[in-house]
Amino acid sequence: MSAVGHEVHAHDEHGHDAHDHHHKQTFIEKYIFSLDHKMIAKQYLLTGTLMGIIGIIMSLLFRMQIAWPEESFTIFKVLLGDKFAPDGVMKNDIYLALVTIHGTIMVFFVLTAGLSGTFSNLLIPLQIGARDMASGFMNMVSYWLFFLSSIIMVCSLFVEAGPASAGWTIYPPLSALPQAIPGSGTGMTLWLVAMAIFIASSLMGSLNYVVTVINLRTKGMSMTRLPLTIWALFITAVIGILSFPVLLSAALLLIMDRSFGTSFFLSDIFIAGDVLHYQGGSPVLFEHLFWFLGHPEVYIVILPAMGLVSEIMTSNSRKPIFGYRAMIASILAIAFLSTIVWGHHMFISGMNPFLGSVFTFTTLLIAIPSAVKAFNWITTLWRGNLQMNPAMLFSIGFVSTFITGGLTGIILGDSTLDINVHDTYFVIAHFHLVMGISALYGMFAGIYHWYPKMYGRMLNKNLGYIHFWVTAVCAYGVFFPMHFIGMAGLPRRYYTNSAFPLFDELADVNVIITLFAIVGAAFQLVFLWNFFYSMFKGKRAVQNPWRSNTLEWTTPVEHIHGNWPGEIPEVYRWPYDYSKPGHDDDFVPQTVPMKDGEEELHH
Amino acid sequence: MTSLLVIAVLVLLGIAIWQLTKIFHLTQIGAATYNENSEVATDRDNSVNGYLMFGFLGFIYVFTIYALIEWGHFALGTPASAHGPQYDSLMATSMWLIFITQTITQFLLHYFAFKYRGKKGKVAFYYADNDKLEFIWTIIPVIVLAGLILYGLYAWTNIMFIDEEAKEDAIYVEVYAKQFSWEVRYAGKDGKLGKANVRYIEGVNTMGVDMGDANAQDDIPAGELHLPKGKQIIFKFRSQDVLHSAYMPHFRAQMNVVPGMVTQFGFVPTVTTDDMRQDAAIMKKVANINEIRSKKSAELVAKGESPLEPYTFDYLLLCNKICGASHYNMQMKIVVEDEATFNKWLSEKKTLAATVKESKEKPAAPAEGEAAPAAKPADSAAVKTDSTMVAQVIKK
Repeated sequence: MSAVGHEVHAHDEHGHDAHDHHHKQTFIEKYIFSLDHKMIAKQYLLTGTLMGIIGIIMSLLFRMQIAWPEESFTIFKVLLGDKFAPDGVMKNDIYLALVTIHGTIMVFFVLTAGLSGTFSNLLIPLQIGARDMASGFMNMVSYWLFFLSSIIMVCSLFVEAGPASAGWTIYPPLSALPQAIPGSGTGMTLWLVAMAIFIASSLMGSLNYVVTVINLRTKGMSMTRLPLTIWALFITAVIGILSFPVLLSAALLLIMDRSFGTSFFLSDIFIAGDVLHYQGGSPVLFEHLFWFLGHPEVYIVILPAMGLVSEIMTSNSRKPIFGYRAMIASILAIAFLSTIVWGHHMFISGMNPFLGSVFTFTTLLIAIPSAVKAFNWITTLWRGNLQMNPAMLFSIGFVSTFITGGLTGIILGDSTLDINVHDTYFVIAHFHLVMGISALYGMFAGIYHWYPKMYGRMLNKNLGYIHFWVTAVCAYGVFFPMHFIGMAGLPRRYYTNSAFPLFDELADVNVIITLFAIVGAAFQLVFLWNFFYSMFKGKRAVQNPWRSNTLEWTTPVEHIHGNWPGEIPEVYRWPYDYSKPGHDDDFVPQTVPMKDGEEELHH
Repeated sequence: MTSLLVIAVLVLLGIAIWQLTKIFHLTQIGAATYNENSEVATDRDNSVNGYLMFGFLGFIYVFTIYALIEWGHFALGTPASAHGPQYDSLMATSMWLIFITQTITQFLLHYFAFKYRGKKGKVAFYYADNDKLEFIWTIIPVIVLAGLILYGLYAWTNIMFIDEEAKEDAIYVEVYAKQFSWEVRYAGKDGKLGKANVRYIEGVNTMGVDMGDANAQDDIPAGELHLPKGKQIIFKFRSQDVLHSAYMPHFRAQMNVVPGMVTQFGFVPTVTTDDMRQDAAIMKKVANINEIRSKKSAELVAKGESPLEPYTFDYLLLCNKICGASHYNMQMKIVVEDEATFNKWLSEKKTLAATVKESKEKPAAPAEGEAAPAAKPADSAAVKTDSTMVAQVIKK
């Protein structure tokens, strides 16, 4: 197969290439085992969306249990069955399983694979001017491994004793001992297998992205002319390569502890009336390994969203991004710092308190590049000519939730303050706003913006507006009140709060949160309808509907393998010449040569 | 199995619909022409959404104020430990900072979104860079965060590192976690906790204390955590099975409990349970909770169920690390009292050595508590491997 990136041309002069370009692709070649990065991007998006639907339905189920503890619901009986919801009352171990799988699916399958997988695949070749990824084959394998791991993860839901239920962080010994919780039997084994495959998929994808960005940029596309999306996706891939292998090692060691009787993470355990043989291991070691990935992971989730938002915001503001170099520098700074802050998840894990001081220091440092980014986005809006397309609304929403969620990081990142809010709802509020909702907004923004590129049709904007405004209100409605119940000391992952009279006064707030969650989730159906309906019935897109500068809008609407029918375009300027004085239009695509005497004012 | 089948059917149905629409798609290729009405925002859209953005700013402000008024009293109230006030003041400082920043930045963001909403013919200001501005908003967070970091580290060091002097006079208490309950063990007269390991668990010795250790002889087990006011308490945490977290919110104290290792946290309780029950904020909170509970009780009675008991304030130890199915109900009452009452309470408790001796004298009698079924003679080979099973060694 001559599937090597830029060698694959659809209709061009390299006719002598061994590959037959005019061979009609079969259905399987085109839609299933496709080597084309645009098709793979769509595959990622669809798989991610389906997993997202599962993840969100799960969150609704456990939110209903929290709001109306131990009440009977038909939906529980239907979805969970008699064993896990006898008479429609959710049982406590399935509650933990739902929480666990919700976290796993949303973090890894939706926000890592669904977001970065989709847009890295779609945008990297298109925006840097490449025919395809460096290795189309590896790219395909990467997707299919992701698909396989999704299937295994979904299958684990049907295991008799229930799926993994030790929390998405799967801390041993709980995750290692089936005696401790039923979900740590076959369910946990499948979880670990699924994640191991997922990591392999992610690594293949990331290596491909990095190589492609470094090697396959078109003529004139220097690193400082790259759109910020590419910078973000590129650095995301680098962090992924550095940190995912550590999770793989943690998973492998845990598999050994579980199946082969080693003691990496276990020691001195007495459970179900027996002393187990484990000796000398440490659960804290697992926490270190897990969070060495786990923390960079949240930036793997949020950086692509930041990149998409930067691009969409400039294009819709008809104004250059403010502080292009500072934006790149802050991406680099965030990426670097993200690998040395993992200990802030472990302030009270029993590790040496001195380490806590170090991690407090590095953690609060990360607020600096984040603040720079937030201010630069706000300044980008200033004196713009804002085109309020749905993608733009989601981008503004992103900045709003990123600020709201990010600010509480100042509290959680401070080892002292973490003592009393650690593992409470305060944490849930923080990370859902700053990386959950924000990253989802980034993903939605990306979908609304690049839908015409993916499907050649437009999404309905009015449905988009409804989708955004209801989601925006509900997202705050769900997560803002959680700060307050967290400050009241309410721990997360409690099946019901009724065991503590102290928490009785929080019950009403939990009902409000759940109602917001249900309404918010229901309005995602508007999006799903819009997404699937427009795929076939949407208005046909023009080549450059948002009048943007980047290269993907110079390709024809109809997808072709190789992206550009003729030569790959050459790039003469950075991607952010919007409303530049001296030009007729309010946008100057990267392919337009500099005029005589035109200055490169910026970067 | 049925649900798997249902899902399979749904997937196949989805594929069928997709194929159908694909056919539909093929019938209408080539209709694309540029027209103004093509799902791109118009001036009207810009205007409507611009106003909505401004409205959303209002929503954020109003919601915040509403939450502060309605839910602000949820906060835990007067701290009951010596380091508590410092914790609370650091929290207050950070909160003020957050609220100010949040108010300003959200205003700028949404106001700009409203003010600069697009109009046809308007041209945006080409403004790509300003080193001075960027320097300003780099240096401001740097200064503010430097202050916060220093303040935080100072407080952290105060809390986590206990003075040698305070240690001399401290009371050592072991807090022992298991699915899904807590136990405590006081060091007794010698002020030293005896060594322990899960391999010593046998009968009434549910915490696996090494009864051969001289320091263990006067150790006193208890099912309720009593603490004397004003004394330095040093907790030693052990778990017998999985990770737990000992969370004592009113004392601003928390530490994970890790099997195979001993973790530590210390504080000085400063408010007795009785005094805290007289605290204005706590009294208001209790009254509020009891109002809710009596309403609920009335409903329960109407349904023929037994009513809820009225709530009286008590300090709590909660498990705050997912530890299994009943994680949500792993709790223990904490009682803070003056030193004399505490000493009296402790002196009435039997030492572990006495309890063990007693249970050995009448082996036929059912051992008390939940320990009975767990009684399995510890593996003698394991007991001999002494090197790793030192739960706590106090070196003076």
